[in-house]
Amino acid sequence: MGSYVTSTKKEQEAMLHEIGLSGFEDFFVQIPENVRAGELKLPEGLSEMEALEKMQSMAEKNKVFHSIFRGAGAYNHYIPAIVKSVTSKEEFVTAYTPYQAEISQGVLQSIFEYQTMICELTGMDVSNASVYDGAEAAAEATAMCRDRKRNKVLVSACANPETIQVIKTYCFGNNMEFLPIPEKDGKTDMEKLEALLDAGTACFYAEAPNFYGIIEDYTALGEKVHEAGAKYILGCNPISLGLLRTPAEYGADVAVGEGQPLGMELSFGGPYLGFMAATKEMMRKLPGRIVGETTDHEGRRAFVLTLQAREQHIRREKASSNICSNQALCAMTAAVYLSAMGESGLRQAAQLCISKSHYLQAELEKIGFALKYDGPFFHEFVTKTPVEAEKIEKALMKKGILSGLPLGEKEMLWCTTEKNTKVQMDELIEALKEVCGA
Amino acid sequence: MKLIFERSKEGRNLSILPSCDVPVYTPEMPLREKKLHLPQMSENELSRHYTELAKQTHGVNDGFYPLGSCTMKYNPKVNESAAALPGFAKVHPLQPEETVQGCLEVLKTAEEELCEITGMDGMTFQPAAGAHGEYTGLLLIKAYFEKRGETNRKKIIVPDSAHGTNPASAVMAGFTIVNIPSAPDGCVDLEKLREAVGEDTAGLMLTNPNTLGLFDKNILEITEIVHEAGGLCYYDGANLNAVMGQVRPGDMGFDVIHLNLHKTFSTPHGGGGPGSGPVGCKEILKEFLPGIRIVEKDGVLSTEKAENSIGSVKEFYGNFLVVVKALTYILVLGKEGIPEASLNAVLNANYMMKKLEDLYDMPYPGICMHEFVMSLEKMKHEKGVSAMDIAKSLLDYGIHPPTMYFPLIVHEALMIEPTETESKETLDEAIAVFREIYERAVKDPQDVQNSPKKTPIGRPDEVQAARKPVLRYEF
Repeated sequence: MGSYVTSTKKEQEAMLHEIGLSGFEDFFVQIPENVRAGELKLPEGLSEMEALEKMQSMAEKNKVFHSIFRGAGAYNHYIPAIVKSVTSKEEFVTAYTPYQAEISQGVLQSIFEYQTMICELTGMDVSNASVYDGAEAAAEATAMCRDRKRNKVLVSACANPETIQVIKTYCFGNNMEFLPIPEKDGKTDMEKLEALLDAGTACFYAEAPNFYGIIEDYTALGEKVHEAGAKYILGCNPISLGLLRTPAEYGADVAVGEGQPLGMELSFGGPYLGFMAATKEMMRKLPGRIVGETTDHEGRRAFVLTLQAREQHIRREKASSNICSNQALCAMTAAVYLSAMGESGLRQAAQLCISKSHYLQAELEKIGFALKYDGPFFHEFVTKTPVEAEKIEKALMKKGILSGLPLGEKEMLWCTTEKNTKVQMDELIEALKEVCGA
Repeated sequence: MKLIFERSKEGRNLSILPSCDVPVYTPEMPLREKKLHLPQMSENELSRHYTELAKQTHGVNDGFYPLGSCTMKYNPKVNESAAALPGFAKVHPLQPEETVQGCLEVLKTAEEELCEITGMDGMTFQPAAGAHGEYTGLLLIKAYFEKRGETNRKKIIVPDSAHGTNPASAVMAGFTIVNIPSAPDGCVDLEKLREAVGEDTAGLMLTNPNTLGLFDKNILEITEIVHEAGGLCYYDGANLNAVMGQVRPGDMGFDVIHLNLHKTFSTPHGGGGPGSGPVGCKEILKEFLPGIRIVEKDGVLSTEKAENSIGSVKEFYGNFLVVVKALTYILVLGKEGIPEASLNAVLNANYMMKKLEDLYDMPYPGICMHEFVMSLEKMKHEKGVSAMDIAKSLLDYGIHPPTMYFPLIVHEALMIEPTETESKETLDEAIAVFREIYERAVKDPQDVQNSPKKTPIGRPDEVQAARKPVLRYEF
């Protein structure tokens, strides 16, 4: 059996003796006898070596692809070496939420810096310290926009399906009405949106770029939403913001997104990072932790958790959200990533993504993979496939390539990042020619 | 300390990415107009900046961390090694199932073992934290009553000793709250509970042992009262570390629970996350679970949706790597190590309580579970030294303070949870420090009120922070 208990048996007995008890059993006399647990039906404990070997054997049953053309909400970007070096420092890894500011200035300052970077990236006024992931951030944002007369949540059907599902589930929770706005040519159907916007609409959620990789006319969407007096929530890809127009410039009231591209591994879906920023007017409706700058009694700069009157430990049932633990270490990961990349590095990453996606799209077109939608796209795009998408997926898998994501029987959502070299893309094209018999 | 932006110098950078090996595409879409300010620095400067921040951060690795209800136990390093394995860290969540058999095996094994530990029949790992788990569990309860057509059941009963997340989660899930006071012994007042339940009761949320560190001896009656009224019982697993391997929530009559893998199952807290708050439930609620269910056929694992799933509360499968870490921990401990951990957590708490009870007031004396609460009310009244002052004084001794001013039903509360991974010497040192601070508070109250003195900053002005919020650096 493995164990992390420090005291020896002898010490444990000495302590029991000091307490004045004769045995461990005396601690649990309050537990009704008839429900005391017997021996757990678990395997016997393992040594560290055996446990790691067992985990290793599970890990080896997974296939690690080195050539990945799949995104759809989780993106295979390069992670600078400094990111892991910083975020594995044990002070950061093993600390709790920074309730005691005097011995938590490091983690508090790092969150303050993160908040600043998210504001810079999105162009918004205020950011919180993070929420669980991009989808949950979007769901929390819809709840922020509710008021007494406005209870309807409109969501573009072109948003990521994972996000749509989470928003829908949260609407089931807080009894807001969930209404999807259908897709038209790979974009939000503007006419349908106009028809559904009314005085009962709390907000509209869209994504930039959307699930199909397309950049929609977000200014026009925002104008329609604001004409109806509703709030405008934009979900955005943080890498794209190194180059493309910000949610603030599009007129968003709340900007959210999945922060995973900012230095987090694919990790079979988590932990990732939900970032969330808003206009000043909506500051006090933001859920979760927020760090603010102040001073101590000697006038020294100090950082604290602030605006806590919104939070559950103060307000209980009147809190704006129940969030307590968030994704602090992931927020730090994003901050280190953004600092390592800098403005020029992030712009370069965005430019590489978009250049590669357009190269790949053109090459795919040449071998019969026609583009499905004609809107401008960032680093993802949908093509039709000459043979069944699943057949392509399987064939490429054997060659160590993770294909685009099959969307329909003969449709695929492709993604490129800076990690997809020209050599990789040319190999992909050759492999596809083989599969499609071209 | 300087902000990272104040260390930035125009023109400095790292060289991370290669130049473009395909024709550079000129975007035909709106570009950002506003200048993007990000730090410009060398890798050396960046690394030193964060090293300096790390020095101003106190983690479990830096010293004793008896933060009540947070179970700040040691975070084993092998957990991190397991989570860093490329076979877990470099797997895309939307890979074909045949290429992620190992990930599915992790989720399935963790579900089976945690169900055995808790007495549940099914579990989802989608929730990312304890509060997220509470919310998810409450949605299961909501879906259950909707399906049964009992839509009048809109009330959740919460004892006044509950964590603040309980009522906040219930409201987010569309319920209203019925607060019930605790009995003089700190446990649920059975009479008040009987009065509170009725045809509108959806359920009860309970932490057992509760936030006073007491195991409720009437637990079977409590869950029976709720069940007889037609409600369901929710177990807040924040304090499971006291009783894992001793008694199972499922056997106590609970229908749905959440766990905090970042407390009980040793995964690190990361300065506020990522955690993991899996939700377990009995058979009657399994059809509503969010995310995916894993099924095995001929040795091959695949995923499916629960029949009447509430949908999803998070992308994909939750904080997967945190589950990897927790499973590693469970593998190491095994069937003997799990109860051994809880026994020692309880032993350590009782030892500290015993060694302090002659000086500090213990509002609920006797045997405690994994944590205990003391009250500084008398000290505050007589000497003007508050629980806050004692807590801040601890900082000068390199000890992280206990949870302060919680639970709300104890005035000037300090809630201490030593955990099982601390040695007798550490406890003895902490006991000596608590005693010394007490003596100092009696002799020279002002001295204690002026603490801390050795930390990088003194007490921050929180009022100023809230009144004039400065939430970002202005360029």
